[in-house]
Amino acid sequence: MPDPVKPPAFPDERAPWPGPFVRYDLVKELVVALGVVLAVVVALTVLFSSPDEPPVTIQSWSKAAPADFLGVAVSELNRTSGVATYGPPYNEGTGSVQKIGPISLQEAAGVKVPIETAKDYVLEPLHEVPGAPRLRAALAAYEQAPAALQEKWAANYEKALPEARFVAGVPVLPPGRYGPVAPMMASLLAMGQSGALDGALLAGGHHFYATDYTKPLLFVSAGEYFEKLAEHQHLLGTQWGMMNETGSYPGQVWLWLFSFWYQVEPFKSSSNADALIFMVMGVLSLAFICIPFIPGLNRLPRRLGVYRLIWRDHYREVES
Amino acid sequence: MSAPAHRPAKAERTMWTTRVRERAVREMPPEKLLPDRQPSYVSSWIYVFGVVTIAAFAVVVASGVILGLKGPEWWHLTGLGHFVNSMHLWAVEIFFFAMVVHLWGKFFMGAWRGGRSRTWVTGAITFLVAIGAAFTGYVSQQNFDSQWIAFEAKDGLNAVGIGSFFNVANFGQMYTWHVILLPTVVVLLIVGHVLLVRRTGVVPPYAARLAKAPPAATATAAGAATGAEDA
Repeated sequence: MPDPVKPPAFPDERAPWPGPFVRYDLVKELVVALGVVLAVVVALTVLFSSPDEPPVTIQSWSKAAPADFLGVAVSELNRTSGVATYGPPYNEGTGSVQKIGPISLQEAAGVKVPIETAKDYVLEPLHEVPGAPRLRAALAAYEQAPAALQEKWAANYEKALPEARFVAGVPVLPPGRYGPVAPMMASLLAMGQSGALDGALLAGGHHFYATDYTKPLLFVSAGEYFEKLAEHQHLLGTQWGMMNETGSYPGQVWLWLFSFWYQVEPFKSSSNADALIFMVMGVLSLAFICIPFIPGLNRLPRRLGVYRLIWRDHYREVES
Repeated sequence: MSAPAHRPAKAERTMWTTRVRERAVREMPPEKLLPDRQPSYVSSWIYVFGVVTIAAFAVVVASGVILGLKGPEWWHLTGLGHFVNSMHLWAVEIFFFAMVVHLWGKFFMGAWRGGRSRTWVTGAITFLVAIGAAFTGYVSQQNFDSQWIAFEAKDGLNAVGIGSFFNVANFGQMYTWHVILLPTVVVLLIVGHVLLVRRTGVVPPYAARLAKAPPAATATAAGAATGAEDA
């Protein structure tokens, strides 16, 4: 029978502790911890505040980078943009479909957030513009034209766009066969710069309330302007962006391992990087939960010996 | 109608309420639920980080409740709102810092030994769910940061089919996950985790290194080395 006043050197992990006890005020500890944490939080708040970079709107984008806006808009119209060719959950494209081996969970999940880029980003918003007989005629001409001709007009426009000038905010392209696409794009740019396109994409013209930003976000994020802002804020994937925050604030630093995989091969250059990294992190997360049941790993702490530092008073007493 | 002073013992035992109460008291008597003493080995700063995690979580919830009640735009428009949002951010950073230190501490202690595996499992799941709770908060900020995080995260979530029902660009969805669903799960997990700690007690130290161990103790240590420390 162990001495009740001396801690046992070989405690039974399942039995009640037979050694000495000490007074321990749990409630006081919690209250003190709460007070200290609150004080530290207030101090950090006073000292550092928090970042709040304003969001990019279609209006701010189309004003700051009209050529970039038009490039995205015409590619949405011509269904050649990243969103138009993305694949599930937005459409039946294959441009961004990823696989793990032969299996594509992305395709299996199906199209659940449908986006038809020409209709959603260009044609429907332009149909909402009141009056504007020239725009009406242009829309009618475009919609009645054969698909091949529509594609040719849009492709010609896209090709000539780098040479565009802006006269009083209106895009002026070199002479070419753009058909009705040129006046349509000019109207869409005006709509974007007025702020009307932000509302049109969010509400879809049918709602008063709206909380789904999928369409405007995918539209805005297709432009180089958006990416350059993110690069300036060191938020790109290649800059460990997932765990960063705008400015010099700590972000989701607990995602460091997730970000890490994107920086190394074979993930870095893989077209299936996202799917593969999700799989790796899923396996690692499961292993983390199951540490008590994994042979070898569950005995690692004993080998590491850090526990002797944590319980140094205990060992000093029982080993003396 | 007043209840009779005494019921037959058998009838009482069949009542669901009685059963639940008796089981709760049996499993978790008050002195076990809120003990005022701990084994002598509970004397390291590492033990503080579990309580600091809970304290930080309380500040996260309190500041989050204020932000939620004032509406998601309030903090962008007022100085007080920005102050409360900043508190929310820093409390989250402390919460994760304390939880990570707590987890490392428990790992180094092999805190799952002696039938305490469920305590580790609930703690680890709490950490992962809390990451989800924080993530949905980041995409609910309604600023450039949330735009960019949603833009980046969508590809990963879409690549494994999650994006079809968990749309990071849908503010309504993300806000519901952030202010109701995930915090509720975290609260339930923390409550379960703490009750498990109280029920099984704090894991005792590994066997000491003595020149010569007594026979009974040698048997215990050998048992641990051959698998007794597995869950």
